[in-house]
Amino acid sequence: MTFATKSPWVIHYDASSCNGCDIEVLAALCPGYDVERFGIINTGNPKHADIFLVTGSVNERNIEVVKEIYNQMVEPKVVVACGICACSGGIFHDCYNVIGGVDQAIPVDVYAPGCAVRPEAIIDAVVQGLGVLEEKSKALQAQKKGA
Amino acid sequence: MSLLFVLIGTLVFAIAAPVLGCLLAGLDRKITARMQGRVGPPLLQPYYDVRKLIEKDRVSVNSTEGTYITCALVFTLLAGGIFYSGGNLLMSVFVITLSGLFFIVAAYSTRSPYAEIGANRETLQVMAYEPMVLFMAVAFYMAAGTFDSAGVFALDAPVVSSIWLVFLGFLFILTIKLRKSPFDLSYSHHAHQELVKGITTEMSGKTLAKVEIMHWCENVLFLGWVGMFFVWANPVSIVLAIAVIALVYFLEIWIDNNFARVKWQAMLSSAWIVAFVAGFVNIAVLAYL
Amino acid sequence: MAMLGFLILFPLVVAAVLLVVRNNRARNVIVGASALVIGLASIWLVVTYLGAPWVSFEFESPVIDYVSTIVSVLVAAAILYYGIRYKNVWACVLAVIQVVGSLVFEFGFAHAIDVTEGLYLDSLSLLMAFIIGVIGSGICVYALGYMEDFQAHEPEGAKDRRPVFFALMFVFLAAMFLIVFSNNMVWLFTGWEVTTVCSFLLIAYTRTDEAIKNAFRQIIMNMLGGLAFLAALYVSAIQLGTLSLLEFLRIGVDNPALVVLPVCALAFAGLTKAAQMPFHTWLLGAMVAPTPTSALLHSSTMVKAGVFLLVKLAPVFYAGTASAQGGLLAAAPSIMVILVGGITFALCSFMAISQTNAKRVLAYSTIANLGLITACAGVGTPEAVWAAAFLILFHAIAKSLLFLCVGTAEHHIGSRDIEDMDLLFERMPRLARFMMLGIMCMFIAPFGMLIAKWATLVSFVDTGQIALVLLLAFGSAATFMFWAKWLGKLSGIAGRPDNVEVTVHKSEWTSIMLMAVLIIIGCVCLPVISWLIVEPYVYSVFGTLGQDIASANLWIASIAAAIIAIVLFAGLGRNKAKKVDIYLSGVSADNEARVFRNSLSGESAATSRNMYLENVFGEKRINPVGTVACVIVIVVAFAVSAISLPGLF
Repeated sequence: MTFATKSPWVIHYDASSCNGCDIEVLAALCPGYDVERFGIINTGNPKHADIFLVTGSVNERNIEVVKEIYNQMVEPKVVVACGICACSGGIFHDCYNVIGGVDQAIPVDVYAPGCAVRPEAIIDAVVQGLGVLEEKSKALQAQKKGA
Repeated sequence: MSLLFVLIGTLVFAIAAPVLGCLLAGLDRKITARMQGRVGPPLLQPYYDVRKLIEKDRVSVNSTEGTYITCALVFTLLAGGIFYSGGNLLMSVFVITLSGLFFIVAAYSTRSPYAEIGANRETLQVMAYEPMVLFMAVAFYMAAGTFDSAGVFALDAPVVSSIWLVFLGFLFILTIKLRKSPFDLSYSHHAHQELVKGITTEMSGKTLAKVEIMHWCENVLFLGWVGMFFVWANPVSIVLAIAVIALVYFLEIWIDNNFARVKWQAMLSSAWIVAFVAGFVNIAVLAYL
Repeated sequence: MAMLGFLILFPLVVAAVLLVVRNNRARNVIVGASALVIGLASIWLVVTYLGAPWVSFEFESPVIDYVSTIVSVLVAAAILYYGIRYKNVWACVLAVIQVVGSLVFEFGFAHAIDVTEGLYLDSLSLLMAFIIGVIGSGICVYALGYMEDFQAHEPEGAKDRRPVFFALMFVFLAAMFLIVFSNNMVWLFTGWEVTTVCSFLLIAYTRTDEAIKNAFRQIIMNMLGGLAFLAALYVSAIQLGTLSLLEFLRIGVDNPALVVLPVCALAFAGLTKAAQMPFHTWLLGAMVAPTPTSALLHSSTMVKAGVFLLVKLAPVFYAGTASAQGGLLAAAPSIMVILVGGITFALCSFMAISQTNAKRVLAYSTIANLGLITACAGVGTPEAVWAAAFLILFHAIAKSLLFLCVGTAEHHIGSRDIEDMDLLFERMPRLARFMMLGIMCMFIAPFGMLIAKWATLVSFVDTGQIALVLLLAFGSAATFMFWAKWLGKLSGIAGRPDNVEVTVHKSEWTSIMLMAVLIIIGCVCLPVISWLIVEPYVYSVFGTLGQDIASANLWIASIAAAIIAIVLFAGLGRNKAKKVDIYLSGVSADNEARVFRNSLSGESAATSRNMYLENVFGEKRINPVGTVACVIVIVVAFAVSAISLPGLF
């Protein structure tokens, strides 16, 4: 076991969401669900975060932003696409400016579809992401030892 | 001989304080959660956080930041060692200020605009609480007749009986020192009232883990200063001191949860007024009456 | 005694030679060699007399008495000349008073009084000799390279007045040696006046309107002090019948009520020279001079003469407050010095927060620290004097290091504004580290200044000087603020800007290194210095040892200082972690320059300035308060001591 799964800190970015999913993400982080039980904390800082929650599709304007936040997160890290727009572009997929889902910009580990995505689904996705985080963390430890 | 004491004290503090401080931090988060009607994280959550941070990849925005933070941690341990080995209270105060300086310089060295704002505010915080901390040490000296913290064990009555006003003033600035809202200007534990992450914005992984451990140790030291007010020759007094520490810590958590952050002007003026009224008046009374 | 004579006369000879040498290379050799000679001679003197109590040398010579009177008159005449030339009425009036006063004094009173032991030395003089000889001459060496750049920046065809500049600097050193070694107060007075006029000429060196104006402000304030000194000589000669410093101090300690007026007058002279409020403006104005001048005025000479005199008077102040017979009257000089020093310390520390000009920050910090030394002298207990001696030593070293660093930085980055020193850590890596060392030495444990402040605090508490504890606590908090934010600015690192350090002159590096090495040695060996130099002085004056800080704590401090020095010069920059960009909340266009793409697809640069809190700690708010308070204190003290006068005649 690694400690990465016991203290996943999240960062949330609204790519071009209609705000429906954003509200659900924040709802999931509210005291009602008390995700701090699992060590989950919302940080505003990519340098401190382990899990990247993106809502909305990426477009020509924000693709660089998504990439930059992702690049500034420290390994091991996991990306969760929250909502159908973040997964595939959703109903905006054929808009003139929309490139598509978040996976067009950065590697996505867990997809959580829904319009809007339910808080339970987000929590589920994060828990699934923890498995990925665990693997990545182990790989990093092995690499550190090897180096 | 006392050099040896300080060395041993520092080593013991370096082992004991992180353990204690970690439990205190966990307790803090638990109580905070209960105050908000939540269950909250496990007691050992701060420990998990730090272990995770240590596991993270090693990156840094420059080559000096980590060194400054290591210095800050080492001097925190030294300050704690001096105090808990019965050494000079004033020395402990000065060394912890040195540690604070290294923390500030580390943030400045990153040249991140957010970290710089945090560092700026941290210097303001130091300026706000420093007079009261000095008055605290001076009043302790006047009441106990020595600057050595070990001196309390020779007293007939706890120092708080003659310098209770200073104690109250010290409680006020303790909120700044423990980085509790409303005075958590440079580095808030609550994401919703912070510019990115204040002074620690550019710190990540191991460096951030060191910062966390440093805060644990600082908290143990500051609460030790609180306890010092209530100890006298009677060994039972240590129990009393621990009870007071627990009460004070609970009070700080309560304040943290009930007040929103203030502007620096409010912090500086209130801290200086408190220092003047509580600290200076009490010292003047001790000196002239 | 030959050694003392050599230290006083040799710089004069060098000055005379420098006045006629016009060749650059020859000047470099002469200044370098004589600085080395003076430095070694003063170190040798310190080593020979290490731990010595008061050692007097029988030496009297009417010729020297006349010479010193002639010098005093010449000094006043020179001031009169400049006063007429630049149409400054006050300077003329004061100069005339001084000419008449000196002549009347010499022929009317002083002639009849013999001072058999003209010269002396004790451990405080040794400490000062070390500061003047090593740091002062180090600054002279630094000036070689600096003035070359300075001259290069002058307009084409400007007259090269460097011979005068260097000659003045060496005269300054000679005058300082005279001050610290003279037992004959008339000679001491001559040295005092020579430093005044030398600094006048050095401040006015650039001959701009501003420089002339500030130079006259300096001369007027210091001549007021000089006249007070002269008044003290009159009283001492008429009433006490002695002009020997030792004799004067003895009488003062035995019977403080008798000497209230002369002590007050001497203290006033010390306060003006040490640039205490309300006279602090002359030191701020002195900033217009070339940096070596500032360094010399601030660290090893001029202002140190002021505090030297005050520390010498400390036993008398102490006796004044302790004596039962004198009551409030006898305590007047002590209270005046304590209050002026304490108020100056706190308020000037406040004002330093609001300054962005590095040299002005240094100036305010100098005034503040001199205030602290002054307050210590006023308290006058063995512990306070111990603290004052260390404050003098470490302030001299650290401040000269800082001035030299700022001067060099100014020539290479084209600004003396602290905000422009951003990234200095990368642009001038060695210089920035030296500057950081200097700054840390000024305000943070475990370095010398803070250890001395610590002793100061304890001595204030022990003597029940609660007002001083208050001023010290708030002043120190402000001190932290203005140094820490400067230190932070220096430490910033981003990318690899061009290193502009390669063109710094060798002579500048030599002096900067010398000061840095002195700081480290001084801080690490603090307990040793205490044992060998400061404690012997305290013992020789008070007959008891006064030292508030347990030696174990001193050793902890010295170990910590060594660790920090090692980290600063060997540990920083060794971290091999992967380098990543800083967070700019968006897409970085040029991360190292903090430029990001804004919402209109344009580019914006994130900028950040330190906080200067102008509305809270601005000069406009604080300055009048301090000036008024100190003027009142001084006026009341003189009024009280004037009361004592009629009863004694």
